Amino acid sequence: MDPRLSIIDKRLSKIKRIIAVASCKGGVGKSLIASSLALNLARKGYKIGLLDLDLYGPSSHIILGVTDLSLPEENKGILPYKIDGLNFMSIVYFTEDKPASFRGIDITNIIIELLSIIQWGELDFLIIDMPPGIGDETLDLIKLVKKSEFLVVVTPSKVAMGAVGKLLQLLKELKLPVIGVVENMKKVSSNYIEDNVSKMGFKYLNSISFDQELEESIGYPDRLLDTKFMKDLEKIIKSNF
Amino acid sequence: MHEWALAESIIAAALDAADKEKLKKINEIKISIGELQQIEHDVFEFALHEIIKDMDKILKNVKIKIATEESILKCKNCEYTWKFGDIKKKLNKDESEAIHFIPEVAFVFARCQKCGSPDFEITSGRGVSITSIKGEK
Repeated sequence: MDPRLSIIDKRLSKIKRIIAVASCKGGVGKSLIASSLALNLARKGYKIGLLDLDLYGPSSHIILGVTDLSLPEENKGILPYKIDGLNFMSIVYFTEDKPASFRGIDITNIIIELLSIIQWGELDFLIIDMPPGIGDETLDLIKLVKKSEFLVVVTPSKVAMGAVGKLLQLLKELKLPVIGVVENMKKVSSNYIEDNVSKMGFKYLNSISFDQELEESIGYPDRLLDTKFMKDLEKIIKSNF
Repeated sequence: MHEWALAESIIAAALDAADKEKLKKINEIKISIGELQQIEHDVFEFALHEIIKDMDKILKNVKIKIATEESILKCKNCEYTWKFGDIKKKLNKDESEAIHFIPEVAFVFARCQKCGSPDFEITSGRGVSITSIKGEK
């Protein structure tokens, strides 16, 4: 019997909302939206946790400018790091940011371990930066974190919509709560994504314009909060959180 | 003390099992500790007893038996099998500590002893599990 499964609900019991930022497609800006959402809500005074569950390609720490990757402190479990007003945890604190190739069962074991030993305490929001796809991490999250709500990210591309549509179909079939879909990196006016999202019965939250200067703010949360990208995201946050 | 979190999970799982099986009392819990997770037994047992102290009578006088399971690793590339004990000394303190928190990071810091592949599996002795619970209905 795996005892860890019996403690996960308790570990998450003092968290009001759990938001999984997800997409079926890589490179659409999930991590940037997850980190920015977490920073934005933290600056508004909410107690925020950010968990990077992208075990192969973690990047939230890069966005937040985290350079100290020493092992976390222990107190009846492990304590998240305090980064720019956030409670932050990522696999990088255990891997020294070295290449980590895991098979499915190992992914599941890591997720169970993290969920059972991290002491988040009281939070208004736990934001989870999901890896791309609908594989192990997504299935584990659905199974283990019952109160997850999904914020889905797509780019203005038929290819991205094709992939993300599969995640949306799965979430619909399982009747899981979806806050809506964000169209990121929009360059030209088009209703393609909005129409497709609406046709599937989901809420199109809004678009975020492609911000050429955004790259310069990676690693600097203060600069990130002051970008055109964040201004667009703020509109989505104001109307939906 | 990360052992506390694991000890808490043991007690929570035992109570869940007792509830499911309608046990009025739990007399014995047998626990297996995988060598890979490098649990400090004294700390783990201390945590278990401290947690039980605050519990209701269902766990009063419960016997806890802890056994260690040897950790065996097997390469998926060349099928070579080796023991975690064989490579433990090659790991530095931080690497060992990271594996203690999350045993799967062994895939980051260890390699097959024969072919050098990172693609191996943990065939036994990963972490903490409950092997049996005895009680009264």
